[in-house]
Amino acid sequence: MNSSPAPLSAPLPPPPAEPVELEAGHSLWSGAWHRLRKNLLALCGGVAVICLALLCAIGPIFAQSYEDQNLDLGAVGPNAAHWLGTDTLGRDLFARMLYGGRISLMVGLVATFVALVIGVSYGAIAGYVGGKVDAAMMRIVDILYALPFTIFVILLMVFFGRNIFLLFFAIGAVEWLTMARIVRGQVLSIKRMEFIEAARALGFGRRRIIFRHVIPNVLGPIIVYTTLTIPAVMLLEAFLSFLGLGVQPPMSSWGALIKDGADKMEEFWWLLVFPGGIFSLTLFSLNFLGDGLRDALDVRSAKD
Amino acid sequence: MSDPRFFHPIRLLPAVLLLPFLVAGCGRRPAAEAGGAPARQILRMGNSAEPQDLDPQNIQGVPELNISMALFDTLVEMDPHDLHPVPGQAESWTISPDGLTYTFHLRPGLRWSDGEPLTADDFVQSYRRILTPAFAAEYAYLFTSFVRGAKEYNDGTLTDFSQVGIHAPDPRTLVVSLKQPTPFLLKIIACDYVWDAVPVKTIARFGPIDQKGSHWTRAGNLVASGPFLLKEWTPNKRIVVTRNPYYWDAARVKLDSIEFYPIDDQNVEERMFRTGQLDVTYDFLPNKIDTYRRDHPEELRIDAWLGIYYYNINVTKPPFTDARVRRAFALAIDRDELVKDVMRGGQTPAYAVSYPGVSGYAPRAHLTGGIAEARQLLAEAGYPEGRGLPPIELLYNPNQEYNRSVAEAIQAMWRKNLGAAVTLTSQEWKVYLDSMQTGHYQIARAGWIADYPDPNVFLEIYETGNGNNYTKWSNAEYDRLLHEALHAPDEAARYECYQKMDAILVRECPVIPLFYYTKTYALSPRVQGWWPTLLDQHPYKYVSLKN
Amino acid sequence: MLRYIGRRLLEAIPVMFVIITGTFFMQRFVPGGPFTAEKAVTPEVERNLLAYYHLNDPLWKQYADYLWDLTPKRFHPFALTQGFDLKEAFGIDFRPSFKYPNRTVNEIIADKLPVSLELGVLSLGVALAVGLPLGVLAAVKRNSWIDYVCSSVAMTGICVPTFVLGPLLVLAFAIHLGWFNASGWYGPIDRVLPSLTLGSVYAAYIARLTRGGFLEVLHQDYIRTARAKGASEARVIFRHALRGGLLPVVSFLGPAVAGILTGSFVIETIFQIPGLGREFVNSAFNRDYTLILGTVILYAGFIIALNLVVDVVQVWMNPKLKFE
Repeated sequence: MNSSPAPLSAPLPPPPAEPVELEAGHSLWSGAWHRLRKNLLALCGGVAVICLALLCAIGPIFAQSYEDQNLDLGAVGPNAAHWLGTDTLGRDLFARMLYGGRISLMVGLVATFVALVIGVSYGAIAGYVGGKVDAAMMRIVDILYALPFTIFVILLMVFFGRNIFLLFFAIGAVEWLTMARIVRGQVLSIKRMEFIEAARALGFGRRRIIFRHVIPNVLGPIIVYTTLTIPAVMLLEAFLSFLGLGVQPPMSSWGALIKDGADKMEEFWWLLVFPGGIFSLTLFSLNFLGDGLRDALDVRSAKD
Repeated sequence: MSDPRFFHPIRLLPAVLLLPFLVAGCGRRPAAEAGGAPARQILRMGNSAEPQDLDPQNIQGVPELNISMALFDTLVEMDPHDLHPVPGQAESWTISPDGLTYTFHLRPGLRWSDGEPLTADDFVQSYRRILTPAFAAEYAYLFTSFVRGAKEYNDGTLTDFSQVGIHAPDPRTLVVSLKQPTPFLLKIIACDYVWDAVPVKTIARFGPIDQKGSHWTRAGNLVASGPFLLKEWTPNKRIVVTRNPYYWDAARVKLDSIEFYPIDDQNVEERMFRTGQLDVTYDFLPNKIDTYRRDHPEELRIDAWLGIYYYNINVTKPPFTDARVRRAFALAIDRDELVKDVMRGGQTPAYAVSYPGVSGYAPRAHLTGGIAEARQLLAEAGYPEGRGLPPIELLYNPNQEYNRSVAEAIQAMWRKNLGAAVTLTSQEWKVYLDSMQTGHYQIARAGWIADYPDPNVFLEIYETGNGNNYTKWSNAEYDRLLHEALHAPDEAARYECYQKMDAILVRECPVIPLFYYTKTYALSPRVQGWWPTLLDQHPYKYVSLKN
Repeated sequence: MLRYIGRRLLEAIPVMFVIITGTFFMQRFVPGGPFTAEKAVTPEVERNLLAYYHLNDPLWKQYADYLWDLTPKRFHPFALTQGFDLKEAFGIDFRPSFKYPNRTVNEIIADKLPVSLELGVLSLGVALAVGLPLGVLAAVKRNSWIDYVCSSVAMTGICVPTFVLGPLLVLAFAIHLGWFNASGWYGPIDRVLPSLTLGSVYAAYIARLTRGGFLEVLHQDYIRTARAKGASEARVIFRHALRGGLLPVVSFLGPAVAGILTGSFVIETIFQIPGLGREFVNSAFNRDYTLILGTVILYAGFIIALNLVVDVVQVWMNPKLKFE
């Protein structure tokens, strides 16, 4: 404690030469959007993802057939007729990658979104409410972790036939578990913070606190884990089509193309390099976009 | 704001954790497995899968057969070139004129590897074990179909084993009485493991004689009658067998030991072969065939194999209730292209069910007729240019990658040639088997590898009600011919019956034969005495390694 | 804390019970059984087989028999030293495998688990040794080129799936350079390639989650305070930020460690390692009922234990939390 506080009549700093723009009030989302726009790498990532998605959505209209075989031709490397080469049945690889991209991106984004919605809600509720509810919810998560996945998928197919929505359900049913645990961990660490206490003191209901105050503040790890879930989902889809769920030949997906390429990489390198390349490109883009989103939504770090 | 002096003991952590790797990495060069020294004759084989068991009465698969061939001898052995029966544990045998009684005379001085004498009574007790209902042997049908009284004993109606047609009048004579003539019995005995004698006295030391899976098959317990003994059995790692000095033909055996590696991935197996860890592979990937043909032709072996790759058709489901539709689909496939461009393994296209050249039999009937005839048949059946066809699903299992490629190629062929849109369905192995066995399919991929070299193997399946007849096809004339063949006076008459049966199959097309298998594998040029046989069985006592 | 742990262990019992029951019945409704084979068995043989394995009994009776076999009935813990035989020691009988009838499930797991544990621990070591520093560095140097390099290196662990990385490493180092065996699990040198391959994926997750976690805390007020008070960067990271920064990684590691310790199907196939990972998948494909249950019970045990450890660690890491 100072014994002699600064005199109230100390001179103020001179007014600045140009008028200062008063900082307008920002909501979380508009402020985040502003920050995101300034992040070059994240923008590149976002643009790349959108371009890839458009390419896979529209490209197939202009590309060759993905299923027309040319058995005499077999697998040949990139050439004028087939820009990225052909597979062992003589099918154009570029077309197969575009069609496969449709499947992979759709599965990747939708299934991840399902896992995200369920996992985040579940984890946030369990973490915030705590006590017996939390214990019960987390024990259910333990049970679902341990049940055998292969058998679960086969059972699904037996009872519900084989359609694409079942694929999303099967994948989502597995991926939300770790998301829930991560979210719960984060929620536990912030739930005693002052701003939550403040919200409670203001009389906000639990649902409002969870969805308007808690979740937006744990978005960082959620975004990071989401960008990690998407590739896992794409590769899981390849395993499931082996079991008979999901896309059936002649349609393919990036995961299946990469698996095929890995088996043949010594003889036909293009079968691995190109699908692997586009897969990696997508993931890197999503990764940087995700980092940018995370930074944009992190209010505290923006002010440093 | 950041501090450049960013040192903390924790930064040593990565180095500490990686240190053991660095030390190990600087160590000796990895040689081919222990025992790769040139002087010793050790054959290292890829064996595809961990064996279920080594008890010959409790196994069904080829990996198990490969090991069982080393450990257990048979009454009658197979000639290593053409598989015809030659004396084994039995030095001679006589067959009664009516073909119902086989008398085997055992060699003198036969012993088990624990020194105990191997007598005819061992055979009787062994066969009793496999037929005991409580033992529940899967391959008991190779007895119950032929031996008098065996079926009744196996299903429990007969409890006195002395009524079953297996007797040992003296320690060196075994008499087998059949209930119907079985012209291929000797082939079954030679090529299959079910008729092996097992060391009953040893087995009894490890638990009740009719209990599966006791520990008598472990290394150190197992008593062998064949050229080798069991030295080591490390599950999912390897099985090692070493020379058995008590084997009656031990003088002819040149190998010191054989190591079996249960490698279930063909890419891995090929890499191991390349680095010299294996001398023989079990299998080979189609896309590597061209590379090997070009660069290492002396290591690539493509042998004819007694098996057929085909599609089962469920004749109770439309549109395949009509034989014309079945035949149309069968004709609209370019098998030459399949074999040349998809399979690439020198397979032979199949235009009939029976294997041409098995035991001197070649089917005369063939699926002749081309795409024009196929289209015409389909139009006649009411589906001109494929219009009006109900949805058709082709089922396959994805365990071998070429199943998918073949299905995709044929799907494209049917679309192009017939205008038929067929969807593909991949089902996991057991679900696929269950679907086929319960009739929940329209067309399903199938394969059949022969247990013994005789045309009967392929043809008996399509008898009405046969457990392996998943097509549900039934033809009284066919059944009658099958019965007639078994009772035929000689081989020529028997083969004539088979000719007629093949003709019926080609006309009715309950199945679509695609190609006959070949066994493609890599074999080190060091291996001698390894001749191609139709069953891909290579008796080890003739095998040696050149240095 | 002890009360908390005790309560969690008690809760584990109904959890395990539900898992066993769920798995037992789920696996019976799947088409195909342990004896469904390409060459169909004759009806008499099938009858004999079903009788031998008591598969003819009503399902509830089979279930009750199995539960009884699983209950501990005696107490001779020293029997565990001989081959970890739970039946000898506690009367817990996991029964023989269907597919490998001369081995009991207990024996199969006891043989293979140590291999998977060894591979898992080594891979985890690699993952932590690589992932943690990459993540921390990326967070501290956020949006600098160091961050981009570290993040990109981490991302390769995800972009190059294990079934691509494994064969690539084998081709490069075992076949062309000849430094390693193409596959196998014989000497210490055979541990290198598999643990590098398996570790790479987890390293990527750990790096990314660490970066995210650290970024959450590095801009908190208490960190600013520490910096303002003159703490060195290293001290800031390791004394103050570590606990909060590692939070998402720790949550992730619970089930991840359970997975990595019980083996990886892909790695074990590529390198032919006699571990448990393949059994998890193959037992389902073989419809090997007893082995499926054995592996599920083992995995459930790991999950329950590790999630408990993670929860305890999380409380320790954040002084504001209490055991509820």
